[in-house]
Amino acid sequence: MSEGKGSQHTEYQRLMQRKGEIIRKAVGIDYDQFESGSVAFDYEEMMRSVGYGLDEIRSIQGETGVGNTPMLELKNITALSRRCAGPGKGARIFLKDEASNPSGSFKARRAAVSVYHAQKLGYKGVIAATSGNYGAAVASQAAMRGLDCIVVQECYDSRGVGQPEIIEKGRKCEAYGAEVLQLTVGPELFFVFLQLLEETGYFNASLYTPFGIAGIETLGAELSEQMRDKTGRDPDAVVVTNAGGGNLTGTARGMCKAGVELNQNVGSGGQDGTKIVAASVNLEGLNMAGDRQFNRKSFTTGHTGFGIPFAVFPDRSDVPRSAGRPLRYMDRYVTVRQGEVFYMTEALARLEGLERGPAGNTALAAAFALAQEMDRDRTIVVQETEYTGAGKHVQPQLDFARENGIELKTGDPREEVAGESVVLPSDPKLITAAELDLEQLSRSYLKRSVEFAGEMGKTVRNDDEDIRFLSEETRRNEAWVRYTLKELEE
Amino acid sequence: MAKATAGAKSKIAYKGDWVQVHMVVLQPEERSPRVPRETSEVPLEMWAKGFLQEKEARLGDHVEIETEIGRRLRGSLSAVNPGYSHSFGDPIPELLQVGRQLRNLMREEEL
Repeated sequence: MSEGKGSQHTEYQRLMQRKGEIIRKAVGIDYDQFESGSVAFDYEEMMRSVGYGLDEIRSIQGETGVGNTPMLELKNITALSRRCAGPGKGARIFLKDEASNPSGSFKARRAAVSVYHAQKLGYKGVIAATSGNYGAAVASQAAMRGLDCIVVQECYDSRGVGQPEIIEKGRKCEAYGAEVLQLTVGPELFFVFLQLLEETGYFNASLYTPFGIAGIETLGAELSEQMRDKTGRDPDAVVVTNAGGGNLTGTARGMCKAGVELNQNVGSGGQDGTKIVAASVNLEGLNMAGDRQFNRKSFTTGHTGFGIPFAVFPDRSDVPRSAGRPLRYMDRYVTVRQGEVFYMTEALARLEGLERGPAGNTALAAAFALAQEMDRDRTIVVQETEYTGAGKHVQPQLDFARENGIELKTGDPREEVAGESVVLPSDPKLITAAELDLEQLSRSYLKRSVEFAGEMGKTVRNDDEDIRFLSEETRRNEAWVRYTLKELEE
Repeated sequence: MAKATAGAKSKIAYKGDWVQVHMVVLQPEERSPRVPRETSEVPLEMWAKGFLQEKEARLGDHVEIETEIGRRLRGSLSAVNPGYSHSFGDPIPELLQVGRQLRNLMREEEL
């Protein structure tokens, strides 16, 4: 592809200039219609006009066997958590077994709607840029609907060495008949992705379109209905493994549509209603675009390296406006360590007889700790699992860590340093959920939103419409938004 | 370790064989100014798989492939009949202890 010095760079720049036009053609949405010309855009209108209704999505997903996954009560893990908790504490822990979806994860829900939509609009194929479960989900759905599928993965470091977890996901895409393009580390993957969209005219099965996010709403709705069936009421907390923010957004929206009362106004300390908790693996200090650092992590998704940047700047995604906007729905954001998630993955197999992929158990590790803060008559739901297989499993992932010079030991997981060590808790009592400061994240969000509007050539007005929008985006009152904007200006 | 060219044994491929090709997408000097230094020092590389279009080719030859969905791509032949080497790995001694610990804790729970 490279034609010698510099020529590609110009091609890169030329392609990036056509980005807006390429994306518009590849998702079939004119995002401009939702823009205000300033910081604000009409999120709900975007979701309404190009998304699908809940019943429509249930029927689309039903066509390809997606959804209606079991809700399991983790009685033994609950017992273990109560053993670690103070008297009277230890909420009942439930798990939505999303690994039961056709491609082995909740991502099938997103892909089902995206691929259905692509087919409806007459696209011959779909393209997804992902090294996660979403690739397999799109490939599986494309196989069912007879569309071509290309998956672009960030896969290897410059030695040609790849995380076993990503290699497995690539294999699964190939098993479903997708063309898989595997790249070395770097954000310029987006350049290859744009080139492909332009060359093929295929649909961009982005994770962040309104239909992709709407696809997850069924998860939230099912979860609510199942909990009412099992416990007679709505859950007290739902923990969501958070990376790009779509899972949390779609789940919360689906719960609202099912009539669940969510906790109101996070900034003013509201206590009522179901709490939505984001959980990510703490990979603080690792640069996600670093060639050598790439293989020093044991989690390739569900970590803070995606979770935090996407929470504070959701529009960094591959569409002009992301439909995944997690700060709108998040009551708390906690982190857990890699060793804690591996430990809970082992506990899920040993105590509950469920062997599932480690990354999907991030929320489980957090829920195990959070349940201990709650009374015994309360309930907490872990809203996903993912499939396990060769490579995507505790053993090969820890073997790989060791081969890459990561120290593996047993002790206090709080001593774990991402990129240097993985610490398995010596006792389940040592599993904790560390709180991130949501107000701080909201501040970063505000700062980045205003910058982004400027970069997009908009006139930043910070008028009533902007303030209202930013207040909805962060779930903080307008006075806080005004005050913080002023503070950021100084 | 799981390598890009895993599982390949033969050095020679014939028309219609399932192969893997390698290409350099961006040279180090062409990379985005935003990537960290350790990334900017290396090229952006890509691997793809498909059916060989040449009558015969050796590893390193510049060849054309037709991918699973029928697209034609060119690159240097990097593997013939590429497979997978990822596995369920070796047991992790520390993790074996976790299993035992959990079982013991649950037994105490029952008492």
